[in-house]
Amino acid sequence: MSQAPRQGEQPPEGRGPADERRGAAALLETYHRLAPVTVPLYALLLALLVGAGVMLIAGANPFEAYGALFAGAFGNPERLVRTLVRSTPYVVAGIAVALAYRAGLFNIGVEGQLLIGGLTGVWVGTMSALAGTPAVLYVPLVLLAGALGGALWAGIPGVLKARTGAHEVIVTIMLNAIALRMVDWVVTSREPKILLDPDASTPRTPDIVPAGQLPDLVPGTAIPVGLLLAVAIAAGAWYLVSRSTLGFQIRTVGTNPSAARYAGMSVPRIIIVSMLISGAVAGIGGIIAVNAGDSAHLTPGLLRNVGFDGIAIALIARGNPLAVIPAALLWGSLLSGAPLMQVQADLSIDLVRVVQASVILFVAGDMIVRTLFRIRPERGAGGSPTPAATGWGAQT
Amino acid sequence: MVEAAPAARRPVVLEARGITKRFPGVVANDGIDFALREGEIHCLLGENGAGKSTLVNVVFGLYEADEGELLVRGEPARFRSSADAIAAGIGMVHQPFQLIPVLTVWENVVLGAELTRGPLLDRAAARERVAELSERYGLAVDPDARTGDLSVGAQQRVELLKALYREADILILDEPTAVLTPQEVDGFFEVVRSLLDRGISIVFITHKLREVLAVADEITVLRGGRVAGAADPATATQASLAGLMVGREVVFGVDKSPASPGEVVLATEGLTVTDERGVAMVRGLDLEVRAGEILGIAGVEGNGQRELVEALTGIRQPLSGRITISGRDMTRATPRRIADAGVGHVPEDRGKDGLVASYPLDDNLVLNGYHRQPFSRRFVMRRGPIREHAERLIADYDVRTPSAAVPAGTLSGGNQQKLVIARELSRDLDLLVVAQPTRGLDVGSIEFIHRQLVAKRDAGVAVLLVSAELDEILNLADRIGVLYRGRFADVVDRTEATRESLGLLMAGARTTEEVA
Amino acid sequence: MAQDTAPPRAEEHEPEVAVDTARGGLTGLSRLEIIGGLYLLVGVALAWLGVGLPADAIALQFGVGEIAPSLDLNPAVSVPVLAGLIAASGLVGILDRRLPRLAVPALVAGTVLVVPLVLIATLSQSGVPQTNVITLLGESLRLATPIALGALAGLFCERAGIINIGIEGMMLAGAGIGFVFYGLVGQAAGGWPLYAAVVVAVATGAMMAALHALMTITFRVDQIVSGVAINLLAIGITSFLRRQVIIPEGLGGGVTLPTIDLPGLSSLPVLGQLFTGRPIFLSMFVIFVLVQVTLFRSAWGLRVRSVGENAHASETLGIDVVKTRYQAVIIGGMLAGLGGAWFSLETVGTFDDVMTNGKGFIALAALIFGKWRPWPAFGGAVLFGFSEAFGARLQLLGAEVAGYPIPAQFLQSLPFVVTIIVLAGAIGRAVPPANVGKPYERSR
Repeated sequence: MSQAPRQGEQPPEGRGPADERRGAAALLETYHRLAPVTVPLYALLLALLVGAGVMLIAGANPFEAYGALFAGAFGNPERLVRTLVRSTPYVVAGIAVALAYRAGLFNIGVEGQLLIGGLTGVWVGTMSALAGTPAVLYVPLVLLAGALGGALWAGIPGVLKARTGAHEVIVTIMLNAIALRMVDWVVTSREPKILLDPDASTPRTPDIVPAGQLPDLVPGTAIPVGLLLAVAIAAGAWYLVSRSTLGFQIRTVGTNPSAARYAGMSVPRIIIVSMLISGAVAGIGGIIAVNAGDSAHLTPGLLRNVGFDGIAIALIARGNPLAVIPAALLWGSLLSGAPLMQVQADLSIDLVRVVQASVILFVAGDMIVRTLFRIRPERGAGGSPTPAATGWGAQT
Repeated sequence: MVEAAPAARRPVVLEARGITKRFPGVVANDGIDFALREGEIHCLLGENGAGKSTLVNVVFGLYEADEGELLVRGEPARFRSSADAIAAGIGMVHQPFQLIPVLTVWENVVLGAELTRGPLLDRAAARERVAELSERYGLAVDPDARTGDLSVGAQQRVELLKALYREADILILDEPTAVLTPQEVDGFFEVVRSLLDRGISIVFITHKLREVLAVADEITVLRGGRVAGAADPATATQASLAGLMVGREVVFGVDKSPASPGEVVLATEGLTVTDERGVAMVRGLDLEVRAGEILGIAGVEGNGQRELVEALTGIRQPLSGRITISGRDMTRATPRRIADAGVGHVPEDRGKDGLVASYPLDDNLVLNGYHRQPFSRRFVMRRGPIREHAERLIADYDVRTPSAAVPAGTLSGGNQQKLVIARELSRDLDLLVVAQPTRGLDVGSIEFIHRQLVAKRDAGVAVLLVSAELDEILNLADRIGVLYRGRFADVVDRTEATRESLGLLMAGARTTEEVA
Repeated sequence: MAQDTAPPRAEEHEPEVAVDTARGGLTGLSRLEIIGGLYLLVGVALAWLGVGLPADAIALQFGVGEIAPSLDLNPAVSVPVLAGLIAASGLVGILDRRLPRLAVPALVAGTVLVVPLVLIATLSQSGVPQTNVITLLGESLRLATPIALGALAGLFCERAGIINIGIEGMMLAGAGIGFVFYGLVGQAAGGWPLYAAVVVAVATGAMMAALHALMTITFRVDQIVSGVAINLLAIGITSFLRRQVIIPEGLGGGVTLPTIDLPGLSSLPVLGQLFTGRPIFLSMFVIFVLVQVTLFRSAWGLRVRSVGENAHASETLGIDVVKTRYQAVIIGGMLAGLGGAWFSLETVGTFDDVMTNGKGFIALAALIFGKWRPWPAFGGAVLFGFSEAFGARLQLLGAEVAGYPIPAQFLQSLPFVVTIIVLAGAIGRAVPPANVGKPYERSR
C-alpha cells in the first residue's frame, strides 16, 4: 500500500510554504482519487483485523495463523495452482453478478443459474446420442448448453422484472430454491433414474465424457483451460460494458432508468438482455466448476454458495469486470489457504468466512472506511448504479 | 388587545438575527435578519435558490444554523429538531406537502402528537378533535378519508389542520399557492385572513409578486442568501420588487415578432391517456401545432399536462385516439422512433428524466444519439466524436462547466437545463415538446432559454410549451390552450388572452360561445 | 417510481373515471378478469381430469381416538366438485365489473380450495388412502413457526422502511449462539439454561439486527447488500463456533424445550391436538396478536408505519426517524432470533451448519405473499409449512403418478412457484411501504 499523505504532515525541507501547500494539496488529491483502489484494500485490512480479533479470542496467534493461511494459498507451485483453480468459478460468478449489477439488477440468482447451467452442460456432456463427437465440437457444445441453461434460469426474473416489475431479488431467491430442489431430484432420483450415476457411492451424475471435458491449458500442468476462459470472459465483459453501445444502454438503465426511457432506450429489453447475458455467464461458470479438479460430474452440493460468494466479489469489485479478477483471487486464496491454517493454528477453516463477511461489510459500508481513513466521499451524485434496494416489491 | 395598535407597534413574535447556514460549496443564508409581528403576515420573497426555504427550515428546526440566533416571543430559542419548533408554537405547511398518502386524515393530523388511551391510540378522540378543528377554522375535510385520495386543495387543508392541531400560533406557509388556480388562491387568502384574525402570525413564502402585494403586511426580499431589502406593501410595485429580487432591472417579456405559422406538424384526434392508476387524465383531446408557432398549454398542474406530454413523446401509451406528427401516425410509436422523426423533448423533471447525473456532460449530450454516426460505429462507441460534439454544444449554449468530463450532477440547475436544451435543440427538428422549461431557474438562465425557444420557432419548428407559470405562457405562446380535467377549456389567440380570462378557464369556466 | 418530492396531483377530480378505466392498455381487460379466466380454465380442466380418478373412497380423519370424526370421500366426485368451485370463483372474477365486491374474495377462496383438492387427488393415487387432517394441519402449523416468526421480523423492518434479506442470518445466528450458550452453561441437558438460551438467541437476533440497523440507517449502506453481508457473517460465525466449540466439546443430542398442554384448550375434542405443543410454537400465536395490535393500534406503531411510508414527512412532525427505525429493526431481529431458537433449542437439540436451511428467505416470501400484513403473512407461512408437511407425508403414503413416486422436491418447490406468481401481480398488486429501501438522511 502506498504511503498516504495526511493533513498536518511535516513538510519536506527546502521548499517555500506556497510550494509545500500546493504539493500537499496535489498529494491529497491523488490520495482521494485512488479511493477505488484504496478503499477495498483498507476494507480488507479492517476485515483481517476483525479476523485477528476472533483468533485472539479463540486463543490462536494471528501472525502464525495468517502466515499459515498465506502459505496454504501460495506456499508452493502446487498450492498456487490449486488456488487458481479454486478462484476460477468465483471469477465467472462474480462477473455474472457484476454484469447484472451494472444494469441496476441485483442477481442473487447466480447461485441457481450456476446449478442449472452445470446441469444442462452435464446433461449434454453425457448424452449417449453425442458419443463420438470430437472435442473441438463437443467442448463448445457443452459450454453452449451450460450458457443456455443459465440464461433460461436468469431470463425468468428478467422477463418478470421487465413486464410486471416483480423485484428480481425475491424472484431469484425463489428460483434458487427451486433450482436446488430440481437438481437434487435429477441427480438423486432412482425411480425414474434421470442423471444419477448408479455405480457411484454417493449421489452424483456420471462424468462428462472425456471429449466434452475442458482440457488442461498446458497438458500435464493441471491448470484447466477454464482459467483462460474466465479471464477472457472478464475482458469481454469489460469491453461490453465500457465500450459498446449495448454497454452504454446497460449502464444508463442501471444508473437512471427513467432517463434511459426518455432517451429512447427500451428499458425492459435491456433488463431482459442483461439478465440473459448474466445468466449465460453463470451457466458457463457452472461448467467450469464441474470441470474443476480431477472429476467432471455434478453433485447436489457442488456449487453451494459459489453464487453468493460471486455477489460478494462483485461488490468488492464495485461491478467492474476487470476488478473481479483480483477480488476472486482473494476469495479463492482465503478458501484454499484455510486448511493449512486449520492444521497449523488449530483454527476452524470457517474463520475465513468471518473474514469474508467482514470484507463485504466494510466494502459496502465504504462510509466507514472513508471516515476512518479520511477519504472524502464521492462527489456529485456518485457513480455507482442504482441501489439494489430500489423497486422492492412489485412496483412498476 | 392589539387590534387598535398601529402595525409597526405590534410585538415581535419571531425574530431571526444574523442567520448563516452553509452547505458544502454554498452559503445558503448569509447573516439574515428577519422579524415577524403578532397577527401579521410577513412575505419572504425571492428567486429560487435565494435562501427562503433554507431560512424557514432553520426556523422550523429542520436545519441547524451555523451562526445567528432565533428568538421566539423575545426568548432565545434553540431548535434541535422540528419537535422543538412545534413545542414553541411554530407550524409549517411544506411544499411539496408532507403527508402520508396511505394513512387517513386523522392519522396524518395526530401523527407525532398522538392522543392515547393507555398504550393504544384513542381513535375516537382523535376523530372528534379533527372534526372540531375543521369546523372551527372552516377547513372542511373528512377525518376518515385516505389522504392520498384527496384533492390538492383538501390535502392543503389537512396540512393546515396538522399545524392547528398542534396549537401553532406562528405559521410558515411555503409556496402555498403554487398548486392552486387563481380562484382557489383567492379562497385560500380568505382562510389566511381568518387565521390572522385569530391572532396567528404568518410567514408567507412565494416568488409571485402579485400575491405579495395582495396580502403582505411586511415584505423581506432575499437574494443570493442575503436580505436584499425590505419593502412597504403600500408603496411597492411589481417592478420595484422584481428589481430587488433580481438585483437589476427586469424586462418583463421577450422580444418576438408575430408568428408566421406553416403546415400542421403535430395533430391529435380524440386523444385519451390514463395515468399509472388507470385514471383518464387526458380525455378525448384534439390539438394542432403548426410549424413556426408556439402553442402554450396552461392549466393547474394535474389536469393532464404530464400525461399529454408523455403520450406525445412515446413515454406513455395512449388509451385511444390518434397522434400524427409530420403526417405520419405516431400513436403507439416508441420514444426512439418519435425522436428519430425529428421531435425534441425537454422533460419536466430534468434531474430524473433528462440527465444521468453521474455521467459526464459528453455522455449526457449523446444520451439519445449514441446509436448514430459518428458517435458509434458497429455497436462500438467512439470517444473522439462524442467529445468534440460536447465541446461544440457547451460553447454554443453557454453551459458553464470546468470541462466536458465532469458529472452533470455537479452543475447548477440552470446549466443542467441548458445541457438538456443543447442536446434537444441541436438536433434537426420539426417539433419541440417542452415541459416546465424554466422551473426553479435563475432569471439569467430563464431569459437565455426563452430566447432559444423563440429562435427555434422563428426557424420554423413547431413548439408545444407546457408551463405552470402563466407569465411564461403569456410571454412565449402564440396560441394558448387551457387544460382542465384533460380537455381544453378553450384555445385562444395570445392577443385575445388576459391573465384573468385564462384564470377563469383554468378553474373550469367555459367561454360563452361554448356554453351556448 | 414516483419521487417523494413529486407534487401532489389533482386526483380527486373525477373518481368515477377511475373505476371504469382501471384496465390494461392494449387488451382492455382488468387483471381480475385475466386471473378469473385462468381460474375458470384450470377449474374446468381439473374437473375433467378429476372425473377420471379412481372411485375408491379415501378417508379423511379429524383428530385421533375413537370419537374423532372421519370423512369418506369419493375422489371421482369430490375432486370435480372442488374443481367446479374453483371454476366458479374464476367466473366471479371475470364478472368483477358487475360484482366488484365479490371478485377478490371469490378468487382467494378459489385459491384456498386448491389445498383440499390436491390432498384428495394425491390420496387417491396412494397406497394408503387415508390421512389425519388435524395432524397434518398441526404439523403444518408447527413447521410454519420459524417462517411465521421470520415473516414478522421482516414485517417490522420493512414497515419501518428497511429491507431485511438478512432474516436467514439473524435466525441462524440465534440458533447457533443460543445453542452454544446452552451447551456451555447447561451441557445441553435441559433445565433453566435451556430457557436462558432462548433469551440468548433472542438477544443474538437483536444484535445482528442492530448491526443491520447500524449499516443501513447510520451508514446508509444499500439495504440488500447489508442483508447479504449479515447472512454470510452468520454462516461464518456459526460454522466457526460449531467446529471450534460445539464439536470439540461434544455438545448436542441434548434435551429440547418440552411439550406443553394448554389447560382446557388441549382437551378439546377434535382441535385439542393443535393446542399441544412446544413453547415457541405456542407463543407464536400470542406474538401475532401482539404485533397486530402494536403496529396498527398503538401510537408507536403509527409512527413506525409513517417512518416507512415517508420518513421526511415524519421528521417534519418531530418524529425521530433514526430512533424509530432502530427500534423496529431490533425488535424484528429479536423475533428472528426466537425463530432461530425454534431450530436448535425447540426442535433438534443440537446445532448443524446452516440448519435454518433457507427458511429465512421463505419467511421473506411469506411476508410478500401477505403483502406486508401480519395475518395474511401468517397464512403464507402456513402454506409453506403445509407444503413441507405434506411432502413428508407423501413419502409415507407412497403416492404415485405415472408409476413413479411423486418427488417431494416438486411439492417443496410449489410454494416458491406460488410466491413468484403472486409477486408477478397475479392476485392483486403487492404494494410495499413507500419508503422501503430508501436511505434516510436527516436534514441538517
